[in-house]
Amino acid sequence: MRGDCMIHIENMTKIYRMGKVEVRALDGVDIDIDEGEFVAITGPSGSGKSTFMHLLGCLDTPTSGTYILNGSEVSKLKQDKLADIRNREIGFVFQEFNLLPRLTALENVELPLIYRGMPVHERRERAKVALEKVGLADRTNHRPTEMSGGQQQRVAIARALVGDPNIILADEPTGNLDSHSAHEVMDMLKDLNSAGRTVILITHDMSIASEAKRIVRILDGRILSDEVVA
Amino acid sequence: MNLYQLIKLALRGIIDNKLRSFLTMLGIIIGVASVIALVSFASGATSQVTSQLEGMGSNILNVNIMGRGTQTTLTYEEALELKNPYISGIAPTVNSGMTVKFMNKTYDTSVIGTNTDYFIINNRELEAGKAITEIDLENRARVAVIGPDAAKELGMLNPVGETIKIGGNNFTVVGLLKSKGSSMMGSQDDMVIVPITTAQRLFQTGGVRSITAQAASPDDVEAAKAYLEADLKRLFKDDEDAYSVFDQTELLNTVKQSTSVLSMMLGGIAGISLLVGGIGIMNIMLVTVTERTREIGIRKAIGAKKRDILTQFLIESSVLSGVGGIIGVIVGFVLTKILSTVANIPTQTTLLTVGVSFGFALLVGIAFGVYPANRAANLNPIDALHYE
Repeated sequence: MRGDCMIHIENMTKIYRMGKVEVRALDGVDIDIDEGEFVAITGPSGSGKSTFMHLLGCLDTPTSGTYILNGSEVSKLKQDKLADIRNREIGFVFQEFNLLPRLTALENVELPLIYRGMPVHERRERAKVALEKVGLADRTNHRPTEMSGGQQQRVAIARALVGDPNIILADEPTGNLDSHSAHEVMDMLKDLNSAGRTVILITHDMSIASEAKRIVRILDGRILSDEVVA
Repeated sequence: MNLYQLIKLALRGIIDNKLRSFLTMLGIIIGVASVIALVSFASGATSQVTSQLEGMGSNILNVNIMGRGTQTTLTYEEALELKNPYISGIAPTVNSGMTVKFMNKTYDTSVIGTNTDYFIINNRELEAGKAITEIDLENRARVAVIGPDAAKELGMLNPVGETIKIGGNNFTVVGLLKSKGSSMMGSQDDMVIVPITTAQRLFQTGGVRSITAQAASPDDVEAAKAYLEADLKRLFKDDEDAYSVFDQTELLNTVKQSTSVLSMMLGGIAGISLLVGGIGIMNIMLVTVTERTREIGIRKAIGAKKRDILTQFLIESSVLSGVGGIIGVIVGFVLTKILSTVANIPTQTTLLTVGVSFGFALLVGIAFGVYPANRAANLNPIDALHYE
């Protein structure tokens, strides 16, 4: 186990209490992920992969264990500190796209930069560049409802990219897309990885997972296997 | 997230949900509008009453003689002797309703017999001619000063110099009063003024029942009143029920006090409707927070802090109440205008009223927005993300 990785997780456990019943969603997970890796985390529903994704994405804190992200311990941080880390270190891509329906594509992409407190001209410029990168330069003023699923997911990717985070965390990014759009999105993630970004893909679909360079299988809150594919 | 962006977003939310926003704001609109209309009405009434009272003359003391036993009145001379060092003018008056005739027109009006001080004390200026003089009083001259309403009723275009008949006697009109309008005491323009000495003969009664005195300055009013009361007490042999001395400043203060209570009460009642409007805002903000749980989750996931969400929802509720407040101010102005023109009620809208009611509306919006906004800010990002 090395301590100089981008992500270093040791004995991470998450327990949910539902009334009197304790559910061990995650049970002593150890993992290291290096910068520039393309990791797929797979497992059937209920395996704990969603919980793992929340913890990786700093959306939640573990019940016990260590999580060192870029050299700093984040497992004990308060909500606002975690918000800051999510804003700077992680770009999220969700299955349901999760764009704000009342905002235009450009405004959606700008959002992470707004919370970073970036001045309006700079963030608008960066949001435009990000939309160009995903091939939606002509859709800047459209609202999500005026776009196809594939386009919406590309806006979401632009939003994940705009803050220039180290990690892209994609949770079933192709789950709501037709095969053509799914292919496009996967290509985009691969391109991002080739450009040096760490991509973590959470999916139950083995054919999608097989596109990654490393596959981690989770079952009952434990890592079942961890293999490098390519 | 900057303020401008948030306000723009909140305004867009209002426009996207026109009907709901309007219904939410309705409470605030009605509240602000009614505060403005009611307070404008109350302060309009107050200023009308006070200006009327002040128009009657300042530092005025009214003496009424009720009498004791057989002595029911004072003589003119006794009345004049009531003057003391704190009094600058004293006007005993006798009056009676009489029929006045000019050419072939007759008119029933109030004939007042008084002296020269009367004109000064009551702020009576002359439109034309002159007032009654000391010589008129000494000579029991048959001269009259006529009020504009009485002159009009008698069809006199240029009253000064004309001859009128009062109770069968000829009087020369020497002056025409400047119009003063009507007060709580009735019209001040429908009267004929003659020298008190002449009037005593005309009415066939020598008794003075009413005296108006003017203190030299506001500070002298109390002393003037005390001396008057002491003299009257002596005259009527300690019978304090035989006379009354009435201080107009006192009346003015009473009226001012009661009208300010009235305007505060009206404002308070309208203020309650503002409060109810605030509850409406809170209700809809709570619904909004629930509806937009997912949005809150997304915002938090990509880096919004508690404070960002709190500010966003607080701004939304204050924009809601602020826009409602602005509409309320406009409606209030229109309502006030209608009230004053259609119902002919005097109104007075001050910047203070508008400012306070709008400020209160905004405050209500913020205060009732705190709870929903806080609820939004404390949502767990995961729960919010997975909310359907």
